[in-house]
Amino acid sequence: MFELTHVTKTYTQGTRKVTALDSVSLSIPDGQMVAIQGPTGGGKSTLLQMLGALERPSKGSVALADDDLSTLPDSRLAGIRAKEIGFVFQGFNLIPTLTAQENVETALAPLGVPARERKERAAKALADVGLGDRGSHRPAELSGGQQQRVAIARALVKNPVVLLADEPTGNLDEETRDEIMALLEGLWRDQGLTLIVVTHDSAVAKRAQRRLHIKQGKVTEKK
Amino acid sequence: MFATYLLRELGNRRKQTAIIAIGMALAIALVIVVNAVSVGVKDAQAAVLASVYGVGTDITVTQTPEPPAEGEAGGRPSFDFDAGAGQTSDGTTSLSQSRLSTSRGTTTFDASQLQTVLAVDGVSAATGTLALENSTFSGEMPDMTQSTPTEGEQPQGAPGGGGGSSFDIEAFSVLGLDVNGEAVGPLTSVALEDGRTFTASDAGENVVVLDSTYATTESLAVGDTMQIGGEDFEIIGIVSSTSSDAQTAANTFIPLDVAQRIADLEGQVSTISVRAASSDAISAVKTELETALPDATVSTQEDLASSVSGSLASASSLVTNLGTWLSIIVLAAAFLIAILFTISGVSRRTREFGTLKAIGWTNRRIVGQVAGESLVQGAIGGVLGVAVGLLGVLAINLIAPTLTAGSATQTGPAGLPAGMPGGGPFGQETAATTTDIVLQAPVTGTIILIAVGLAILGGVLAGVIGGWRAARLRPAEALRSVA
Repeated sequence: MFELTHVTKTYTQGTRKVTALDSVSLSIPDGQMVAIQGPTGGGKSTLLQMLGALERPSKGSVALADDDLSTLPDSRLAGIRAKEIGFVFQGFNLIPTLTAQENVETALAPLGVPARERKERAAKALADVGLGDRGSHRPAELSGGQQQRVAIARALVKNPVVLLADEPTGNLDEETRDEIMALLEGLWRDQGLTLIVVTHDSAVAKRAQRRLHIKQGKVTEKK
Repeated sequence: MFATYLLRELGNRRKQTAIIAIGMALAIALVIVVNAVSVGVKDAQAAVLASVYGVGTDITVTQTPEPPAEGEAGGRPSFDFDAGAGQTSDGTTSLSQSRLSTSRGTTTFDASQLQTVLAVDGVSAATGTLALENSTFSGEMPDMTQSTPTEGEQPQGAPGGGGGSSFDIEAFSVLGLDVNGEAVGPLTSVALEDGRTFTASDAGENVVVLDSTYATTESLAVGDTMQIGGEDFEIIGIVSSTSSDAQTAANTFIPLDVAQRIADLEGQVSTISVRAASSDAISAVKTELETALPDATVSTQEDLASSVSGSLASASSLVTNLGTWLSIIVLAAAFLIAILFTISGVSRRTREFGTLKAIGWTNRRIVGQVAGESLVQGAIGGVLGVAVGLLGVLAINLIAPTLTAGSATQTGPAGLPAGMPGGGPFGQETAATTTDIVLQAPVTGTIILIAVGLAILGGVLAGVIGGWRAARLRPAEALRSVA
């Protein structure tokens, strides 16, 4: 599925150069659930952005199946993100002016799905995450856990092959954290997708098949 | 999705949408009102000029009068009476004399220049006119032949004790014009009230057409006879101006050849009225006429518009200068407000756009969303602006302000006594026409379309600039930003 080869990412901050990823080489096979842990500023989010085609490496290559994400033009990357990659963010990142149903539909809009089919699929996705009766509510009318469920529905409505979750439970209490992780795990098992979760929470990381540790841009396997 | 997202966003940012729409509305309303008033003022000026020069006259050819030589009267008619002139009865001598002379402030030139004018490319019609003034001096004075005063004595009046004199000076304008029926010139802007106007068979005949106001004042009617230049003329028709706010070009109209004969100005005209083949050709025709007639003064409607004085001229200046610049400034400000608010909105939605890019929205889709929102805001402003602008124009038309228009023309109405101190630059008298014009502000479909187009342009501009900002966002940076 994912093949990272000597991936390095550096940023310039003023006159300083910051190395977020330092020659990372990594393979993630299809259908695996991977947790990426590490201290703040270690490069977790940067690694996730590489995997999600949101950033290009300064050096090295990132391959998703047959596509080299490090060399494709922006328009192709947008297409890959639209069809194959689902995102879940720490802050939920829902559009505040749209309802839960409409937020889920935003993931289908770039795919040219007809309006009727779009609504049906969005309603089903919300039902799959237990929010079938909350479709007409705006994010401000939902709890944190419910908002994250909507975000998960948005990520999964397009049937992606990869689900990338960046601190999906970071803004939630313990009980809700467990609910969300149980949901993600269940969907991973049911749909056979590749699930990569960035987290600083060991309780979340323990649920994964494979745990990676990243610190100062270098990735190691955690046994 | 596009429409839903757009309407939700505009609804969520009602204050911003209102500010942008109001700004745009004010600008559009101003554009409509200024344009309508500008057109109204131009129409009013044209009505004033048309009453003098006729409908369809695009260019006039005249000659600037020469200053009088030292000792000359400078165009003022003079009346000379021989000893023993007049009729004496009961010790009183009655005197009367009429003269037909060129109007004050005008000069004549060879009518053959009409052929030169007609030969110019782009001229579709031309006609010559001769502007004259009929002045009649009449009065009574004591018979001075009854007694011869001795040295030191005052002259005595006639036996019976009569004394004192009284004189009257009457003047009215006379315009000689070609009766062969060119569709250009002063008689094209008149309506026939009684009788008939000229036909080709009236050439050489002592027939006259009167201005209706003059006819009423002088209690003259079709079929009556009046004196012009000492000769009897039959009144064949009475005309009035087609504009209710303007008068015709003269008090009386007679055949050109008759006017030339009586005034002893054979083969002379004072104005050639020219119609161009098209409005686009006017400027080129003017240039060619100036080349063909280097001694002549060639004036277009625009040039003549500057001769219109009074509050109409002030209104014209106000609309052209202040009104136009104010419209441009307010429009620019409205555009700037729309652009700044859009950019601000994009900045506030950085995380939102970053998320959309992360889930697969292309730059094109996001730019289209931003541009669509701005376009709708501009369109709302445009519709509001049209409504406010139309209300403004309606208010102006209901108030219907009356403006005065003075035109320094070369013919004028009666009532200007001969010998009055002149206002012209060379000490001659300049006849002036003053009329009251009710200002109307017309609105055309074209200006409404232009106004709405401007509003949409403003929206598009704001949307393109804002969308460009959104497109430049890198998703990873956008997601790192704090909402």
